[in-house]
Amino acid sequence: MSGMAGEVRITESLVEKPETLAALRGEIAAGRVKAAELAGSYYERIEKKNPRLNAYLSLTKERAFAQAERIDDLAAKGDPLPPLAGIPVGIKDVLVMRGAPSTAGSRILQGYQPPYDATAVTRLEAAGAVLLGKLNCDEFAMGSSNENSAYGPVRNPVDPVRVPGGSSGGSAAAVAANLAVATLGTDTGGSIRQPASFCGVVGVLPTYGRVSRYGLIAFASSLDRVGPFAANVRDAATLLGVIAGHDPKDATSSPAPVDDYGAESDKPVAGLRIGVPAEYFAEGLDPEVRAAIEKGIDALRAAGCTIQPVSLPHTQYAVPTYYLIATAEASANLARFDGVRYGYRSPHSTTLSDMYSHSRDEGFGAEVKRRILLGTYALSAGYYDAYYLKAQQVRRVLAEEFLRAFAQVDAMVTPTSPVPAFKLGEKANDPLAMYLADIYTVTASLAGICGVTVPCGATAAELPVGMQVLARPLQEGTAFRVARAVEAAQI
Amino acid sequence: MGRMSARVTVEEVERVAELAHLELSREETGRMLQDLNAILEYVAELNELDTTGVAPLAQVGELGDMASGGAVRPDAVEPSLSRAAVMQRAPETDGAFFKVPKVIER
Repeated sequence: MSGMAGEVRITESLVEKPETLAALRGEIAAGRVKAAELAGSYYERIEKKNPRLNAYLSLTKERAFAQAERIDDLAAKGDPLPPLAGIPVGIKDVLVMRGAPSTAGSRILQGYQPPYDATAVTRLEAAGAVLLGKLNCDEFAMGSSNENSAYGPVRNPVDPVRVPGGSSGGSAAAVAANLAVATLGTDTGGSIRQPASFCGVVGVLPTYGRVSRYGLIAFASSLDRVGPFAANVRDAATLLGVIAGHDPKDATSSPAPVDDYGAESDKPVAGLRIGVPAEYFAEGLDPEVRAAIEKGIDALRAAGCTIQPVSLPHTQYAVPTYYLIATAEASANLARFDGVRYGYRSPHSTTLSDMYSHSRDEGFGAEVKRRILLGTYALSAGYYDAYYLKAQQVRRVLAEEFLRAFAQVDAMVTPTSPVPAFKLGEKANDPLAMYLADIYTVTASLAGICGVTVPCGATAAELPVGMQVLARPLQEGTAFRVARAVEAAQI
Repeated sequence: MGRMSARVTVEEVERVAELAHLELSREETGRMLQDLNAILEYVAELNELDTTGVAPLAQVGELGDMASGGAVRPDAVEPSLSRAAVMQRAPETDGAFFKVPKVIER
């Protein structure tokens, strides 16, 4: 596996860096750029590049231009503008938008147009964002390469023969190719962090409960999080500030006040204690990824951080624990797709029972079926204690181990993924190999803590490497601060 | 507490598929049998850990210093989505109810 990083790239890069959010907003406020023209120029780029990348599944032009015109009216009147005024943003297709197709990358939701907006969508729009459309992803967010989408894979803008990562592959690719200034994704076991690292952009895993899950098509409810992607740390911090906060529509939503993440990310890192868990640098880590991360660690040391080793000895148990818990929850969550109330109904059935099984058989893809079966098995009579209960016990061991380690350090840094972006088809027929790609991301998911992945150099073949910065619950500001220092070092 | 078993049989895959309302073709069943066994063999690694006396963790809100799982909202009636908006997307409806195929043969 490590050999591939040295290969010469054979396809052209589609990477393009967007203007910073602050610069664009400034232009719109000054009247030099019209929000409607900006949206128009993004749709032109999408028309040109999306056939190759397949990042967008559908566009919400009418709604986008209506919002852009509202912003232009405000700017013309000289009224104060909201924080994301006129900023073009894309939404992962597992978050619902009223009247817009919301497929979750699945055939079973083809044609479904939900009658309501996800809370994160509502908040973005209230903050002035112009929502361009819905972004491709692995079916029901189950996958690490975006190859499980019923609507075709997304390609990595850095090198289109490679995967963008998953499950939020469209969200990462759209930012990397400047088909949006920022996007929303979701992360259950690494689905924001891993694609962000593969595509060379910033991705945020907020603390569990920090961003409302209302309107997120559920995969594993105790693990699912909504978070932003952006081209730089400051923009990602601004977006999180907009979507974070208590929502009575999500019972697990945190009532804690939201920090000023932008201000937090501006603070110097000197004096911070940064932990480096040895278990994340063990066998299986690509040597070029390791070298890039070590440069990032050196940069933090040079910026005045204290680097210290920490130990998380149960790390190896995280992937099996994650796959038991996530699939068990998924098997329950996906029971709602039965062809009765919305989505696909098989036309080939004469009885109710047939209708359920035919609709689900024809509507779900292979990976979703595999996970439903595994989850149903783990929850079934006779196996519940051995699998599901055992995994929940190990989850506590893993979570407490992480929280204990945070008593000694302010943040931890690790590689986000053991390898850079792999090629389309390379792991598609080996589910277990695909699961192991999540080895550095799933523990933070199980523990509920927060993190940011930030670009940290590249391999010889110019494939991006991402550094994962993890912080204590609700300490997103610290994660942004450390990520900002790594970004500033330009590794 | 039961132990994780390394192998599942075709009959078990079929039983689980039935529980999950999934109809698998013969070919799919074979493939799933192979994949499930590979995955179950891998997750059996958890048997190495002695978790006697460890309380299961269903939700991180149960951990002391986590963000979520605090307040219980007041039990007040609030308007929900209109029936018309919801029924609009139903595969088959008479406007008031979802229609489904016959449940019982007469």
